[in-house]
Amino acid sequence: MSNPDPWHVLRRHTAARIALGRAGDGLPTAELLRFQMAHARARDAVYMAFDAAGVAAAVREAVPDLTVMQAASAAPDRAAYLQRPDLGRRLAEGEEARLREAAGEGPFDAVFIIGDGLSARAVHSHAAATLAAAVAGLKGWTLAPVVVARQARVALGDPVAEALGAACSVMLIGERPGLSASDSLGAYLTWAPRAGRRDADRNCVSNIRPEGLDPARAGAKIAWLMGQARALGVSGVALKDDAPEAVTEGAPPATLEGRAGRTS
Amino acid sequence: MTQASATHRSTRYVFHDLKTLLARASPPRSGDVLAGVAADSDEERVAARMALADVPLARFLDEALVPYEDDEVTRLILDLHDADSFQPVRSMTVGAFRDWLLCDAATPEALAALRPGLTPEMAAAVSKLMRNQDLIAVARKCRVTTAFRSTIGLPGRLSVRLQPNHPTDDPAGIAASILDGLMYGCGDAVIGINPATDSPAAMVRLLELVDGIRERYAIPTQSCVLAHVTTALAVMERGAPVDLVFQSIAGSEAANDSFGISLSLLAEAREAALAQKRGTVGDNVMYFETGQGAALSADAHHGVDQQTMEARAYAVARAFRPLLTNTVVGFIGPEYLFDGKQIIRAGLEDHFCGKLLGVPMGVDVCYTNHAEADQDDMDTLLTLLGVAGCSFIMGVPGGDDIMLSYQSTSFHDALYVRAALGLKPAPEFEAWLHGMEIMDAGGRVRPSLSAGSGAGRMIGHMAPTAPEDGGGAA
Repeated sequence: MSNPDPWHVLRRHTAARIALGRAGDGLPTAELLRFQMAHARARDAVYMAFDAAGVAAAVREAVPDLTVMQAASAAPDRAAYLQRPDLGRRLAEGEEARLREAAGEGPFDAVFIIGDGLSARAVHSHAAATLAAAVAGLKGWTLAPVVVARQARVALGDPVAEALGAACSVMLIGERPGLSASDSLGAYLTWAPRAGRRDADRNCVSNIRPEGLDPARAGAKIAWLMGQARALGVSGVALKDDAPEAVTEGAPPATLEGRAGRTS
Repeated sequence: MTQASATHRSTRYVFHDLKTLLARASPPRSGDVLAGVAADSDEERVAARMALADVPLARFLDEALVPYEDDEVTRLILDLHDADSFQPVRSMTVGAFRDWLLCDAATPEALAALRPGLTPEMAAAVSKLMRNQDLIAVARKCRVTTAFRSTIGLPGRLSVRLQPNHPTDDPAGIAASILDGLMYGCGDAVIGINPATDSPAAMVRLLELVDGIRERYAIPTQSCVLAHVTTALAVMERGAPVDLVFQSIAGSEAANDSFGISLSLLAEAREAALAQKRGTVGDNVMYFETGQGAALSADAHHGVDQQTMEARAYAVARAFRPLLTNTVVGFIGPEYLFDGKQIIRAGLEDHFCGKLLGVPMGVDVCYTNHAEADQDDMDTLLTLLGVAGCSFIMGVPGGDDIMLSYQSTSFHDALYVRAALGLKPAPEFEAWLHGMEIMDAGGRVRPSLSAGSGAGRMIGHMAPTAPEDGGGAA
């Protein structure tokens, strides 16, 4: 027999698994199984196939002024991607030259890269809308072609931006699926992106999804951060996020601090 | 250095330097394969252990794995090494040191006296010769006690960090998770929030929220917002109520640089936190997190295996006398620790090395959704750590961190391991739980729901539409 917790009314304030009740010291059966189902779904999201062509088409529709290119990291498949993050941070053979060719129009103020990361579902669902909202806030910026990248890690944005000659990069990437959300998009802003940039050099806007920070507000936030980065000539821990509340309302960004060795 | 070698049947294995030998001797893990330093075969791995067993401990003082000139962590380790404390084991090999650690002569007192004479590389080396049961048996003898408003690490005690994270730092959502955790007897290590936003304004808001709850109910614990150390320095200047300063740390100067920190910055932050004078039963004011693979992920591992680099982070930690240090063992992902077996081994190694070096070691028993691990693996590691005398674990509602998107131990898990192994919370917090009638006379966490009890009043305040009558939950 299990016992409910009388503070369950507080569940309206958070998606956290509070007031689950107890069976002795343990979890009631229904909660045990609910957790297992959420874990099963998250595991399935990691292995979902990425529809790069579909994402490219959605971007063309959402932001008709921008051209869209595709690129691939050096990780040939999901298994290699999961065990060799270094491959996901490098471009596949020949990709750099292809990007350089396309960069003829440059130099650019910024480039947006859309990478599958650890949740293709997040990118399928929210990348185009987030990008469109950000671009709407970037009047006067010269933007490089949008690059849709397969088997991508955050740092893949560095060689892409270098090849295109962009002063700033924003990687929109599927975050590691959690139990409550397997469709969270993250945005990683890097000023002066180049090989060797570190986590502390980037700013992150995370948890982009309708139930978290919705794509419209996330886009506005990204544009605001890009303006700050350009004004100060820096990104990362040196760029403190003291954004006006009107901009940060919803889920605001975090830098990559707080946890050792985040590797998305 | 002089090279080491071992011959097994007809094959002779040669290990060109100490860091190669350590890496080849390491139990298998994906991060060492990723770094290209792992043994090529099981036979080579055991041959490396045979060679390592014959290496004199003193050699670790002569041969720095990361050059002294290039790395302030190496300088910290060697400059603070105490030759007198090292004397009892100075003439031992790594293999003899393992035997000695298991002996009756290695009492808690002898082990404590030895700490200033041990380097993290010695701890890492001996751990590679130890089975899981050795790591547990010796860690259990290492007593590391620290204090702020509660006392952490006493024998027979297991503390819990209450981790009430929320993806938008929503105050009501965070308060709800705090109440939930307190009602499950958790929070005696710290109430520690990973903020979604690393900004001074957000940090001040969260600190004031937690401090308000702590003061209202006179909870003998400490709070922490796990923002970057520079953010903590900024808010202390503004007069915010900072109990503990948090920082992620790693085992090389370059890795710490990738976190935006240095040893001098940590020292500055510690001085600022000490000046707040907010502790009541102790003055350990730092909270550190570490994790195998952090240095490699920053490309700052210098060709050293990830477990040895992790042990070096504990040398950084102990220099600042932290209240708490925990290894976030399964957070980093399958490219560093592939599956449940590797996570369990790493958790036991980290706990052992930290305790041997005198660090108040806790473990975030955790995994991510792209690792080959599940709750059964975590139950195993949690139970083993309880036996090993782990100082503290995490308590996350339902084990599901909705901000950091990973799974850790839950409040229920804490109740399980305390009940199964007869472990109690920190003494100050235990007394508070009794006074609030959250804990019953038998020491079980069964909050009284009567309106007259502290627990009932707290629920009435914080969850006002909840019924305030009814008996205690059975």
